[in-house]
Amino acid sequence: MSTPAKLPRWAELFLLPAINLLVALLLAGVVIKVMGESPWAALKLMTGGAFGSQESIGYTLYYATNFIFTGLAVAVAYHAGLFNIGAEGQAYIGGLGVGLVCLWLGAWPFWLVLPLAILAGALFGAGWAFIPAWLQARRGSHIVITTIMFNFIAAAVMTWLLVNVLIKPGQQSPESREFAPNAFMPALHELLAKVGITFTSTPLNLAFVLALAAAVLVWLLVWRTRWGYAMRVAGLNPAAAVYAGIHPPRVTIWAMLLSGALAGSLGLNELMGSQHRILLDFPGGAGFVGIAVALMGRNHPLGIFLAAVLFGALTQGGSQLSFDMPRVNRDMVVVIQGLVILSCGALENIFRRPLAALLARFAGRKDEV
Amino acid sequence: MPMMSSRLCLALLLALGVAAHAAAKDFLPVIVYDFGGKFDRSFNQSASEGAQKFKADTGVAYREFEITNAAQREQFMAQAAKRGATIIVAIGFTQASAVEKVARQFPEVKFTIVDAVVDLPNVQSINFREQESSFLCGMAAALASKTGKIGFVGGMDIPLIRKFALGYVEGAKYVNPQVEVFENMTGTTPAAWGDPTKGAELAKSQFGRGADVVFHAAGATGIGVMQAAADAGLLSIGCDSNQDYLHPGSVLTSALKRVDVAVDKAFTDARNGTWKPGQLVLGLAENGVDYSFDEHNRTVLTPAMKQRLDQARADIVSGKIKVSEYKP
Repeated sequence: MSTPAKLPRWAELFLLPAINLLVALLLAGVVIKVMGESPWAALKLMTGGAFGSQESIGYTLYYATNFIFTGLAVAVAYHAGLFNIGAEGQAYIGGLGVGLVCLWLGAWPFWLVLPLAILAGALFGAGWAFIPAWLQARRGSHIVITTIMFNFIAAAVMTWLLVNVLIKPGQQSPESREFAPNAFMPALHELLAKVGITFTSTPLNLAFVLALAAAVLVWLLVWRTRWGYAMRVAGLNPAAAVYAGIHPPRVTIWAMLLSGALAGSLGLNELMGSQHRILLDFPGGAGFVGIAVALMGRNHPLGIFLAAVLFGALTQGGSQLSFDMPRVNRDMVVVIQGLVILSCGALENIFRRPLAALLARFAGRKDEV
Repeated sequence: MPMMSSRLCLALLLALGVAAHAAAKDFLPVIVYDFGGKFDRSFNQSASEGAQKFKADTGVAYREFEITNAAQREQFMAQAAKRGATIIVAIGFTQASAVEKVARQFPEVKFTIVDAVVDLPNVQSINFREQESSFLCGMAAALASKTGKIGFVGGMDIPLIRKFALGYVEGAKYVNPQVEVFENMTGTTPAAWGDPTKGAELAKSQFGRGADVVFHAAGATGIGVMQAAADAGLLSIGCDSNQDYLHPGSVLTSALKRVDVAVDKAFTDARNGTWKPGQLVLGLAENGVDYSFDEHNRTVLTPAMKQRLDQARADIVSGKIKVSEYKP
């Protein structure tokens, strides 16, 4: 067995993902062709729908914001050697924290509500991640299993709370009353209007900026602090970490707390930024998309940002596609997203070896000359 | 001068005619389904059938959308409104807040929402008294049960489903005060509306406890419930659409909720200019809900049962029987 083919860094980070994406789009094109629509027109609709206008860019980045939060959450845990599948549940419970602050303290000025909401979202999300983390650190209960189970418990808790406690009286829909306007996250078009830039009204809001800030913070924390170093060592080799004086169970707990806090911030975008109330199932699968985003982004904040924008574009472009091409329904859009995940995640190594051989040959020729 | 004015009249008439023609040509009905999707054989599908009927009757094409996440409700409705939708029909209570927002933004567009109330001058809210048809189905279940034990499988534990369950239990107790009712909910996420496997498991566990009739209010999950009843040689009761044809001889009846009629009527009224905003509540008296009786369940729903049901139906309409409504 030879070692995995080595690629130059630029090819590893940009060329390979680009090839994977292209293959996914080609496969999707075949599926669309089989359905009797023009793949070219579909591609144009999708890219136009995702980036073609201010409105579409707004929606793309709005969806991307959710994916940045959950992608970072999965990546942080991954660096500590943990596979956190519970971002969905942590986002759900974190959103509860954000929502409760907005419901109770909505009369306070926004600049007081915002830090409290951020704190509450992070605390609730981290709290929900703490139990599986503790079980893993102390009892060795596998975190993949426990975090999956905690997604279901989160859903059950939230359904019960929304149906029996938080529901606005006298209505059918299990959702809370609307937050007071003070507790609305300012939309980006409102903020831009203040500095004289006009932007179409979209749900894109300040939480996008907070997500970017979170990405920078994660980068600093994981690559520029002792704590991050300890986490990566424990993740790569727990035995060596113990030898180096690192206590892996403690790393497990702290990494999961940070992971849960990041996932819990999704409510800032979804509830405070757009829905302005607590409602059923608001994470809408973003916790699971976060896994794909983290894998595709190579668990690096910059990669996660790019992958999140890609998945935001697929979500927004895909909904535009089903809007304009009635024959391509929402399930087709899921197929296209699935192909992207398949080709970028699972099939990654298919192209790695030929590409490495090709690049090596070119490099070799250059050396001969 | 008279010449002039008649010419002016002609021009005016022409202009009006063109405008009217353009309006008729540009009539664009739009329907937005809920998470379950338009092929759930139940609630959303019933809405889809109403839209299809409208198309078959009038030849007017409609646009339709199935949502996959919460933000898309607002996005789709606003987009449809921007592209000249005349009337937008939103299916399901989860769409209420999106309808409220978009209807405010586009006061000239007509909105009809099913299963929720939105109080705006350009919104029509259609609700059903599901408890009344559930009451009749509960009666049918208690009449058909040999064990005196019956089951109920709901989708999620939400007010709408509690409304079904409450009516069902009341109807069953009306026939047989000693009847035992097993209630199960499928799940806590929207996946609960599309999980036939789990529906079948829940039905089987209720059969295991002695139930011999099971009623579902669980969207596509109910397909599994009904399959399990057919496999076990027992009885099931369908929901929303007429599902008697799925397993003839095993489906006792279906609790009909005529979402199809509501959708068709909203589109047709909007086209004819008779559409009115405000609240509509449709029950047995308005033929908005009912129980089904056709060639597929003739063998299981006996004439004696049918007679009892029709009597109760008349009593509910006249107010002699009061069915309680679940209030969240």
